[in-house]
Amino acid sequence: MRAGSFAAVQDVSATFPAGIFTAVIGPNGAGKSTLLRALLGLSPPERGEVRLLGRRLQDWPRSERAQTLAYLAQGEGLPDSVRVRDVVALGRGAGAWRWGLIPTRRWTDDDETAVTDALTRTDTLRFEHRRVSELSGGERQRVSLARALASQPTFLLLDEPTNHLDLAYALDVVHYVRCEVAGGLGVVAVLHDLNLAARADALLLLHQGRVLAAGSPEEVLTPALLHTAYGIHAQVIRHEGRLVVLPQDGGAGV
Amino acid sequence: MTVVHGPRPTAVPTRRLLPRTLALLAVLLASVVLAVGLGSVFIPPGEVLGALWRGLLSLGSSAELSGNDVIVWQIRLPRVVMGLVVGACLSVCGGAFQGVFRSPLADPYLLGVASGGALGATVGIVAGWPRSSIPLSALAFALAAVGTTLALSREGRRFPPTRLILAGVVVGSVLSAFTTFLILRGEDRARQVLAYTLGDLGFSGWRDVVTVLPYAVVGCGVLMALARALDTLQLGDLTARSLGVPVERLRLLVVVAASAATAAAVAYVGIIGFVGLVVPHLVRLVWGAGHRVLLPISALAGAALLVLADLLSRTTILSQVGVVTTLLGGPFFLWLLARGRSD
Repeated sequence: MRAGSFAAVQDVSATFPAGIFTAVIGPNGAGKSTLLRALLGLSPPERGEVRLLGRRLQDWPRSERAQTLAYLAQGEGLPDSVRVRDVVALGRGAGAWRWGLIPTRRWTDDDETAVTDALTRTDTLRFEHRRVSELSGGERQRVSLARALASQPTFLLLDEPTNHLDLAYALDVVHYVRCEVAGGLGVVAVLHDLNLAARADALLLLHQGRVLAAGSPEEVLTPALLHTAYGIHAQVIRHEGRLVVLPQDGGAGV
Repeated sequence: MTVVHGPRPTAVPTRRLLPRTLALLAVLLASVVLAVGLGSVFIPPGEVLGALWRGLLSLGSSAELSGNDVIVWQIRLPRVVMGLVVGACLSVCGGAFQGVFRSPLADPYLLGVASGGALGATVGIVAGWPRSSIPLSALAFALAAVGTTLALSREGRRFPPTRLILAGVVVGSVLSAFTTFLILRGEDRARQVLAYTLGDLGFSGWRDVVTVLPYAVVGCGVLMALARALDTLQLGDLTARSLGVPVERLRLLVVVAASAATAAAVAYVGIIGFVGLVVPHLVRLVWGAGHRVLLPISALAGAALLVLADLLSRTTILSQVGVVTTLLGGPFFLWLLARGRSD
């Protein structure tokens, strides 16, 4: 088992262990994406620090960090006329750059295998030679996921990976992510849909830039906490072993 | 274990790319032979090839060229080679600009780089600076121009395509106005400068080719070395960063390298519009969008296109290569806009 965790300290203090699927939830403007970018080192926190595997994030060489930490941006743009396999191969190039700009590593059979592996695990191998422009939204998102997995990262950060996806595709994405988590990947995903978030191992509920609650879905998805964070009256029921959030009509100001 | 030299080849099998590339090389060779052969004295293709061969053999010796060899080597070839170099430069720079700003409409001409370079060259010529320093003056002005365009169009970390083009057109127009002003003031040298703001290969001699070549080779070489990073950038700024690509450094380097190559080209042949816009688009349709293939192939295709356009300008009433490329490229630009790809 990989033992590792990273934490954002200051207003938000949290630990995201490997092999655990953590969903970051909260209303618009709660600071979910900001937190994710801080975890990625893209916008370092003004105060406090982020530690990745016990080492401060800014002390990591850019290349090693890129290989350890993968990121799937919200609405990641895929170049239309590029073939699926080439897109995924771009993810495999993570970190191996001279001056950050010129590839340093030679492309080996191992790399090719890793790309095939990432395609297989996201069930995108069968259209590896198609161009991105020919794919549906759900297929594109799985290609993006394969791209992120191709570097065989320790942690994967996802910013609203199910946004604008039909329910079936959204469940698909969560399913493939869950499979990776079972294999030891640490996942932190910003999710809007509370019923998708209920499928995570742990939840972090943000409200006005602070942690309102953290813990298992049972601990976080309570009517009281949901009312504080979202200003809604909601019923939380258990259905087939999973929590389901049912917002009620006539909630505060809704 | 098979080890592929350098980064991974694309998923398009080589056997499918090779025939297209060989066909392109054939077109390139044919256009050179045709352009060298056609003129006030017609030289048949066989004789052109013979003259090229004899000239290459005699490069090291002091043997005098004679007859048609003189026409080929001293009159027509410098112009054709300049066309090859400039066409390649503009196309590679166009492809790199389109990639680095993720904008299908970017090219050296539309970003104001070319107008900046032309103004820099005009300043140098009117002030009577030595000919070899003209590219440097062009480069300085081109960098200032593209810097202004970028500053005007920037929205946070993004360069939205439409803003980029609008800013580029404004910067280009203002700089062109300055150039025109200098031409009108510069009387005796004015005719030479005026011809060249419209794009003209007619003044090119071997010395000019030799001066432009280092800028072209270094500029295009840097851009091609950055091909993989440019590919990664197509995934978006944040994703590219997460993959370890320093996006700001990449943008800066691409802009400087492309401006250097463009400015050197513009300094000697003037503004030749739309080549940098059209060629990478056509190449993408046939060879795909990966920059490791796109940039070198664009160089070949751009070289062939400009030589043919120059041939057309010499043999018809269109008279200047810049007029030909603009007449061909303008409708293409409108077609791109109509396809709604501007965003």
